[in-house]
Amino acid sequence: MAETAVEHLHVELVAADRTVWSGEAAMIIARTLEGDIGVLRGHAPTLSLLQASVVEIQVAGTNQLVVVAVDGGVLSVANDRVSILAEHIEKAEDIEVSQARIDLEEAKRLLDSSNEAEQRLRHAEARIRAAEKVS
Amino acid sequence: MAVSLREYRARIKSTESMKKITRAMELIAASRIIKAQQRAAAAAPYARELTRAVSAVATYSNVDHPLTREEENPKRAAVLVITSDRGLAGAYSSSVIKETERLSERLRAEGKELDFFLAGRKAEAYFKFRNRPYVQSWTGFSDQPTYDKAAEIGAALIEAFLKEQGEDGDVDEVHVVYTRFRSMLTQEPTAVRLLPLEVVEGEEAPATEDLLPLYEFEPSAEQVLDGLLPQYVQSRIFYSLLQAAASELAARQKAMKSATDNAEELIKKLTRIANQARQAGITQEISEIVGGVNALADAQAAND
Repeated sequence: MAETAVEHLHVELVAADRTVWSGEAAMIIARTLEGDIGVLRGHAPTLSLLQASVVEIQVAGTNQLVVVAVDGGVLSVANDRVSILAEHIEKAEDIEVSQARIDLEEAKRLLDSSNEAEQRLRHAEARIRAAEKVS
Repeated sequence: MAVSLREYRARIKSTESMKKITRAMELIAASRIIKAQQRAAAAAPYARELTRAVSAVATYSNVDHPLTREEENPKRAAVLVITSDRGLAGAYSSSVIKETERLSERLRAEGKELDFFLAGRKAEAYFKFRNRPYVQSWTGFSDQPTYDKAAEIGAALIEAFLKEQGEDGDVDEVHVVYTRFRSMLTQEPTAVRLLPLEVVEGEEAPATEDLLPLYEFEPSAEQVLDGLLPQYVQSRIFYSLLQAAASELAARQKAMKSATDNAEELIKKLTRIANQARQAGITQEISEIVGGVNALADAQAAND
C-alpha cells in the first residue's frame, strides 16, 4: 500500500465518549505491553494492546507535537490508517498536574492493598509525564 | 352554580401556573435531547473502531474466549434493566418494566433463574415496592450517563458472567432491556442478549478493497482479544445508556407537551364556566334590584 499516493498516516485518537484528535501525522510513538513502538508510513498491519502511557503524535507538515496520556487501550494500524482507542484519553495541555500528583500519591498508598492500584499508578504517572513534556 | 366565582378564578390560576411548569419542563427536555443525541454521536466512533478491531481479531484467530463461550446448560440469567431516575416521562419507565416482565417470563419458561441488575431509580423503586430481590442497582445518571458508569456496570456484569457454574452469583447469560431511540416520536423498549457475545465476522461480506488486512498481534491474538472484549461489552452498555437517555428525554418532552395542552384546554373550560357564573350573578343582582324597585313602587301606590 506504501506506493499509493497516501503521504501521511491518518490518525484517529478515540476515547470512549468522544474523538480526541484526528488528522494527518508523520509519526506516532506509543508504548505497548511489550515496549515502545514507533509507527511510520507503510507500517505492517498491527493490533496491539497499550500500556497506560504517553502517546506522541508528530503532526504532518509541521513541528507540532500532539501529546496525550492514555489509560491503556488498543493501537491498530492498517493501510496507513492508525486508530488509538482507550477509555480515557487526555491531551497534555488539559491535564491538571496537581490532580495527577494527588492521584499518584493515593495510588502509591493503595499499591499493596488493591491490584487496580498499579494501573492507576501508571495512568497518573503517564499524565504527569505528558504534562511535563509540553510545558 | 354551586361553586363561587372566586373559587373558579383560583382554580384557573393554579392551572395556569401548572401549565407554566410543564411548558418549562418541555423546553428543558427538548434542549437536552439535542445534547443527548450529540453525545450518542460522539460515542459512535469508539464503538465503530472497537467493533472493527474485534472482528479483525475474530476473523484471524480462533475465537474461544470465556466471554463468547456458550454454557451448555444455562441455569441462571442476569437482566440489566435501564430506566429513568425521575418520573413525568409518560410511560417511559413502565414500558421498559413491562418489557422486562415479558423477557423474564420467557426466560423462566426456559427454566432459568433470574438475577436482576437495575439502572435508574424507577426500576429500583418498582423492585423495592414489590419486595423483589435484585443484585445491584445504579442510580443518579439516567439523563446524562458517563462512560465511567457504563464501565462500572459492565465490570459487575462481566464478573458475574465469568464465575464458574455453581459458584455464588454466577450467571450464564446477560440480557439488557433498554429503550431504543428511533426518532423523536418513537422509542421502543428492546431486550437484547449481551453475553455470551456473538462475534459477527463482518456483518455483510466485505468488498474486496476493504478486506481486513492480515494483522500482527501484540502480545498475542488471545491477549488482544482479552483486552478488547471487556471494552467491547462496556461500550455496548454505554451505547444502551445513551440511547435510553435520549429516549427518556424524548418521552418526557412528549408527556410534558400533552400536559401543557391539557392545561390549556382546562383553562379554557374553566374560564367559560367562570364567565357563566359571573353572568348568572349579574342577572340575579339585576332581578333583585328590579324586584325591589317594583315592591317599593307597589307600596307607594298603595299608600297614595
